[in-house]
Amino acid sequence: MDVSFILIILLIGAFATYFSGDKLAPKVALLFGLVSLGFSVYLLSLFNAGQNIDFISAWITKPSISFSLKADGLSLAMLLLNTALTPLIIFSAFGNEFRNAKNFYALILFMSFAMAGTFLAADGLLYYIFWELALIPIYFIALIWGNGDAEERKKAVVKFFIYTLAGSLFMLTAFIYLYGKAGSFLIEDLYKLELSSQEQLWIFLAFFLAYAIKIPIIPFHTWQAKVYQKAPTVGTMLLSGIMLKMGLYSVIRWQLPLAPSAAKEYMTIFIALGIAGVIYGSIVALRQKDLKKLLAYSSLAHVGLIAAGTYTLNLDGLRGAVLQMIAHGFVVVGLFFVAEIIYRRYETREISEMGGIRSQSPKFTSMFMILVLASVALPSTFNFIGEFTVLYSLSQIGIIWAILGGTTIILGAYYMLRMFQHVMLGETNAKLFKDVTTNETIVLVSIITFLLFFGIYPKPITDLITPSLENIITIINR
Amino acid sequence: MNTLIAITGLGVLCLLFEIFNFRKGIIPFTIVGLLATLALTVNDYGTNASFYNNMIVVNNFSVTFSSLFIVLTIFLVALSHNFYESHPTKISDFIAIKIFMLSGAVAMVSFGNLAMFFLGIEILSIALYILCASDRLNLKSNESGMKYFLMGSFASGFILFGICLVYGAMGSFDVIEISELSRSAELPDWFFIGILLLTIGMLFKIAVVPFHFWAPDVYEGAPALTTATMSTLAKVVAMATLFKLLSVLNADISESFQIVIVVLSIASMTVGNIMALRQVNVKRMLAFSGISHAGFMLMTLLTLTTSASTLLYYAAAYSISGIAAFAVILYVCKNRDNEDITNFHGLGKTNPLLAAVLTGALLSMGGIPIFSGFFAKLFLFNQTIEAGYLVLVIVAVVNSIISIGYYFKLILAMYGKEPNEEKTGTPILYYSVAVVAIVINIVIGLFPSLVLDLM
Repeated sequence: MDVSFILIILLIGAFATYFSGDKLAPKVALLFGLVSLGFSVYLLSLFNAGQNIDFISAWITKPSISFSLKADGLSLAMLLLNTALTPLIIFSAFGNEFRNAKNFYALILFMSFAMAGTFLAADGLLYYIFWELALIPIYFIALIWGNGDAEERKKAVVKFFIYTLAGSLFMLTAFIYLYGKAGSFLIEDLYKLELSSQEQLWIFLAFFLAYAIKIPIIPFHTWQAKVYQKAPTVGTMLLSGIMLKMGLYSVIRWQLPLAPSAAKEYMTIFIALGIAGVIYGSIVALRQKDLKKLLAYSSLAHVGLIAAGTYTLNLDGLRGAVLQMIAHGFVVVGLFFVAEIIYRRYETREISEMGGIRSQSPKFTSMFMILVLASVALPSTFNFIGEFTVLYSLSQIGIIWAILGGTTIILGAYYMLRMFQHVMLGETNAKLFKDVTTNETIVLVSIITFLLFFGIYPKPITDLITPSLENIITIINR
Repeated sequence: MNTLIAITGLGVLCLLFEIFNFRKGIIPFTIVGLLATLALTVNDYGTNASFYNNMIVVNNFSVTFSSLFIVLTIFLVALSHNFYESHPTKISDFIAIKIFMLSGAVAMVSFGNLAMFFLGIEILSIALYILCASDRLNLKSNESGMKYFLMGSFASGFILFGICLVYGAMGSFDVIEISELSRSAELPDWFFIGILLLTIGMLFKIAVVPFHFWAPDVYEGAPALTTATMSTLAKVVAMATLFKLLSVLNADISESFQIVIVVLSIASMTVGNIMALRQVNVKRMLAFSGISHAGFMLMTLLTLTTSASTLLYYAAAYSISGIAAFAVILYVCKNRDNEDITNFHGLGKTNPLLAAVLTGALLSMGGIPIFSGFFAKLFLFNQTIEAGYLVLVIVAVVNSIISIGYYFKLILAMYGKEPNEEKTGTPILYYSVAVVAIVINIVIGLFPSLVLDLM
């Protein structure tokens, strides 16, 4: 038993979904999503028992590229995030009707496959291939099943595609350059390289371009809000919940250990860019009238903080970043799902046209409230642990960063609660708000349970990720 | 050698079929014949032999490239069935010309003597002139044939002149002798002028900037199937020949020659891509995309001794995705008088399979992973960086990004727009060629060693 099985399950799932026809496709996709979740939990238990679950096999001889998948605590945590969110996202789409449903659900599973591969790959080129593969399904999901005006949507999606591809091609060039030095794409061989500080700077920048666009970090964020708004909610969830974590994960796994001295030398610049994202995202979110756009900018603010955490290069920063990645993944999926639930009933995303939902559906209101509070990092939610570990690590670099980063919580609380007030409270709306269905409740409750449980008892996750992060820190400080 | 005889024999048989009024069976027969020839060629793999006083040299280079050309011709012949439906009486001529063209192509990669090389290139070119003008009642097709003929004969003149100068310098047409002599210390100046003229002539045929002006007009005017032939088969043939020619002449010893290649490669990529962005006619767009791919392929000339397999892989990836794309274009633009992008609107709804194939082919040309086009670029960039041309690779990367712009224009048209009309009829040959080509593309993408380790 090794990690390659998880990829096989997801890939077979994508094909099975495609061939099962439009009627059956959602159920088949959900089944495969759950099987992959179950299997990754099983892999986790094997890993904790100390078994070897890596998979290595030769692939291309010249240039030497191997099909090498390795799982440490960090990869497994990200893999679990992926496989836990995928069935949730699939299940959340059950309330919508999609034409050509078989293609839609097959693409979701295919994307999950590519993202799982990105988290597991231990060979630079294999990693790059999975990284690019994840882009194609989301392009089609956003293009074909998106909402709003077709022309505008096309523009947004193409911009997104070309942006991300442009970034990653420079990363590819960096990989090829490293291959020329090391004679191998394997991560452990690349880690051993001794590069001059000049080389490291260029390598660092090439990687930074790819990741800054994907995450996104200011000033490479311009594609984000439009795409989040225009994509179908499922696509937005995939993008914000999992795909941008690919960028953050890659910073920790590839960028920092490969170019540590550049990372140390220019640390403040990159922390500043992350913090700038926090402030900018929060301020822009204050002024949004569209619910999905507001959430997009709030997401920009949160990932800016996570990115700043990764660039602090200390254990707390990395650990907080990983915890916050997981927490943010869940909470943002929940919030976008809330937006979708409202859209299903009101057919609008304009905040000004909502209101008075609380009196009609108290159950929904309380669930939404918990998600909002989790998003602003209220203590006892999982987000609190992540966010405060990151802020603590920032304060070690300089107290000013922690203060500036802390605005995410203050401003976040302001715009999130204001949004909540406009959407849920106020006068009774003339339009009828049907109470949430069982399916919708299941999705929201499972997200909330996760956030609260690990908010109170985060030890399993910290224990899982800490050893591998310590390894990475040693490599950075070699 | 057997390959060349078998192909020529097959061409003659095609003509004889016309006399015996056996037109219906001509396409299956030719395909079977070509498959047999392919088997014959593959059988020669691993041998090194020369025939007729070194006129023809069979080695792994010639065998692998000949096999690629035969595979491409099989696809092109299979596409002919539906394409020439309206001229049933001419089909044997068209098929026979294609087969003869293939014989020229094989001669061009297996020459051992410059005379043979020239014969090969003329056979190929004359066949293409005829095919370009083959829609004889169409003004554009005539124009395209005439233009190509004029430009092509200029290029042939350059090549001939180059051969003469090389002969004057070395006193021989035999490439082995020339190769040995060119290693000596003192070389007459006109040897280099000869190489330069030969290179210019071949760059004309490949359509590299600044020798590319004929390509867009000729591609647009020619019948679509001929455009497919020119942009896939003819381009990789000319590229492989130039590679072989320059490696036997030891052209890469001179540094100034490498600078020329770098400049031409950058110019070709950039101009091709930027012009392609503005096109609305799909055939023109692919013509310009072909110019930019030629620029990529030129990068192999910087490392002549080691990059034969890279060139083979790039040529295979490019031409096979080209075939897949053209199979769809032929299907869509059948019975239309133009190949504008509007014809592709809504193909994703009316014909999802072919739309998926065209998407795959375009993604491959754009260099997105798992399609072989990505690995082709990867191997090329890897080789070029190892040779020390980092800046060239960065320019190439920027160009790959630009190229996504116009490839995606077509993809957007297929999935983002509403269909104009319902399509009827499903020509099985178009389908099978498109699907087989894209499957081959993905297979050599997943297992690049299949192709790379051949040389």
